[in-house]
Amino acid sequence: MTEHAARHAAARDKADTLILPAQPWLVDDGDAGPQPVQPAADPPPAGRHAASAPADRDGHAEVAPRVPRQSGPADARVAPSAARPAGGGGDGASRNGQGPTGPASQDASRAAEPGPDQDADPASARPRGAAGSASKLRLVWVYPDLLSTYGDRGNLLVLGRRARLRGFGVEAIEVNSDQRVPAQGDIYLLGGGEDLPQILAASRLRADGGLASAATSGSVVFAVCAGYQVVGHQFGGVEGEPVGGLGLLDITSGRGERRGVGELVADADASLGVPTLTGFENHQGVTTIGPDARPLGQLSRGVGNGDGTEGAYAGKVLGTYMHGPALARNPGLADLLLSWAAGPLPAIDPAEEEWAARLRAERLAAVAQ
Amino acid sequence: MSRLAGRGDGSVIGGVLGLRVEPGLLRLLAAGRQVVLVTGTNGKTTTTRLVTAALGALGQEVATNAFGANMEAGLASALGRSPDAPYAVLETDERYLPAVIEATEPRAVVLLNLSRDQMDRAAEIWLTARRWRQALAAAENCLVVANVDDPLIAWAASTAPRVCWVAAGQRWHEDSWCCPECGSHLRRDELGWRCGECGFARPSARWVLSGDTVIDDNGQVRELALTLPGRANASNAVMALAVGSYFGVGVEQALPLLREVRSVAGRYTQVQRQGRQVRLLLAKNPAGWLEAFDVLAPQPTPVLLAVNAQGPDGRDTSWLWDIDYRVLIGRPVLVSGERGTDLAVRLEADRVPFEVVSGIDDAVGRINGGELDVLANYTAFQQIRALLGRAQ
Repeated sequence: MTEHAARHAAARDKADTLILPAQPWLVDDGDAGPQPVQPAADPPPAGRHAASAPADRDGHAEVAPRVPRQSGPADARVAPSAARPAGGGGDGASRNGQGPTGPASQDASRAAEPGPDQDADPASARPRGAAGSASKLRLVWVYPDLLSTYGDRGNLLVLGRRARLRGFGVEAIEVNSDQRVPAQGDIYLLGGGEDLPQILAASRLRADGGLASAATSGSVVFAVCAGYQVVGHQFGGVEGEPVGGLGLLDITSGRGERRGVGELVADADASLGVPTLTGFENHQGVTTIGPDARPLGQLSRGVGNGDGTEGAYAGKVLGTYMHGPALARNPGLADLLLSWAAGPLPAIDPAEEEWAARLRAERLAAVAQ
Repeated sequence: MSRLAGRGDGSVIGGVLGLRVEPGLLRLLAAGRQVVLVTGTNGKTTTTRLVTAALGALGQEVATNAFGANMEAGLASALGRSPDAPYAVLETDERYLPAVIEATEPRAVVLLNLSRDQMDRAAEIWLTARRWRQALAAAENCLVVANVDDPLIAWAASTAPRVCWVAAGQRWHEDSWCCPECGSHLRRDELGWRCGECGFARPSARWVLSGDTVIDDNGQVRELALTLPGRANASNAVMALAVGSYFGVGVEQALPLLREVRSVAGRYTQVQRQGRQVRLLLAKNPAGWLEAFDVLAPQPTPVLLAVNAQGPDGRDTSWLWDIDYRVLIGRPVLVSGERGTDLAVRLEADRVPFEVVSGIDDAVGRINGGELDVLANYTAFQQIRALLGRAQ
């Protein structure tokens, strides 16, 4: 078969396989209704990034509101269910991108390709900055392409759920490493990553400046594992060599002797008012906390920072070695972050807390044995 | 012995005893045979079975570790059971591939895919791919059959002296947003993927899976029409056909043999339980679950999701958060397993209605219709299989 024919056949095949069950998904599908979705990032600069954008989205088209979607069919479908209580189901299904809706939504995304003039798009006209965030909580997941090893999406989903249960609108934004980090988010999330992506993420975030300027202006930053190290002054590279971080948190990390893998339990710093922390850690880093930060907690089990403490925080920047979906087991910590972003929070219907409470009890009992 | 104890298939114990006697046993047992190694995160056991089926056309005995015992002991045990087989098709654990290549000097190595799996015990997947590169670069007289649609696989195979590239598709993209060569963001389009920075790009394929058809290296198009369900198995079959062809088994000859494969080490098995038809699916990681959702019976057939976190599963359940469960909305979803509560919290976050049950019989008792799909990770699958009488 000729090379051309093979490519062609391959293209057909790709067209099939690109009908993905939307891997990444929105947090706010239920309550967003036909809300216009803001672009995740400021328009990329013209040139290489701008040119690469459409291709990047192919597999990712259904990923996220990175594309400023006009309130097209996908969004309209969700609208009627907006007021329904959670748990009814149905609202998310239409977004899965499986079956016939897949290619259509991709096309829609492509059609809505952001140009430099995206703000002129009436559908995306929404107040920015403080005035805007009062009505909608903007959760920014930073570099899921580099910093997402295992379940990091969980923190985005848990924050979204707990905000929604309190009546907040939620806008979930995923920013890949070839996009600008928007400066006007309310909570920024950084996940775990392997060595090389971690180093690349640190250098791109430094060059971009968006996260640092958001943190400086009081946005909340929640950083997990490799992301925790990245927001510090420095961390250990592939061979343990020092690599510069962002310096948003007064911590310094390096490479430890052995990998810490397993369940972690810690008593949170008393001033945070958060119940016992439970999580799973998987890292080889050791972290020293400087005078301008405090430990997130004192370990009763696990490796954490390597000196009996776990995680660190200062102001509204908080990091932890509890990897992946740390907030799923620690709704109290999720609420702390939400309250930092939005002020005092109303209680949640206890029925909505049951499964998380049961999970916490199970995990704490399992490690106590 | 282990089979009687209800703990396994008995396929490892012989090997463990053997290795204690002779450390170089695998090399001795493999000597003089035509060995095919099959590895990757997902599809190893099924592909091993399909390659074995295809090579069956040669009319000679084929040694194989058909039950997923894929570390050195399992391999030695499989070879020891078939001392006279001139061919061996061996499922190989990703981490052991370099050592097994060195010991068995394979004629072919099949690289399926690489994605996050049991991270609390396995090394990071990029490091795995890097170790493969070193081992494959040194593998003389070996054909590497590799899936071009997985960038990490393409990178791993690109050092090998001889590669047969297969466009077998890749649904899971979450572990390949970055160029394995330089770490930059990978671009994807309808023709595949390429790195905008260093130029590393998808090689062109000799074999292609297109829908349910295979296009072979002569451009012949044939329908697969497998008995095994799902896109992932079609992909495995194309890899197997490419291997078969290398050993002189034509697609026309191999296809009917592949179609005869109905279940693989209990996977896809249909069992009767309390008058219900129960179908067993095994998936151990997010990419596997994504493919498994694709083969569920149409709605509203109920599904039981069973999750454990024992050693072989990985102790960490974070991976549950990497799956989009909303495709399940519209069918009853039942949850069981030692870590069912972790899954319950996850489903709640996706607003998928669910019911927690105590096990397979409880699930069967609660459904209305005549059918139940069961999707379980490794030890949860083994527990259910043991309970259902080790259905084959």
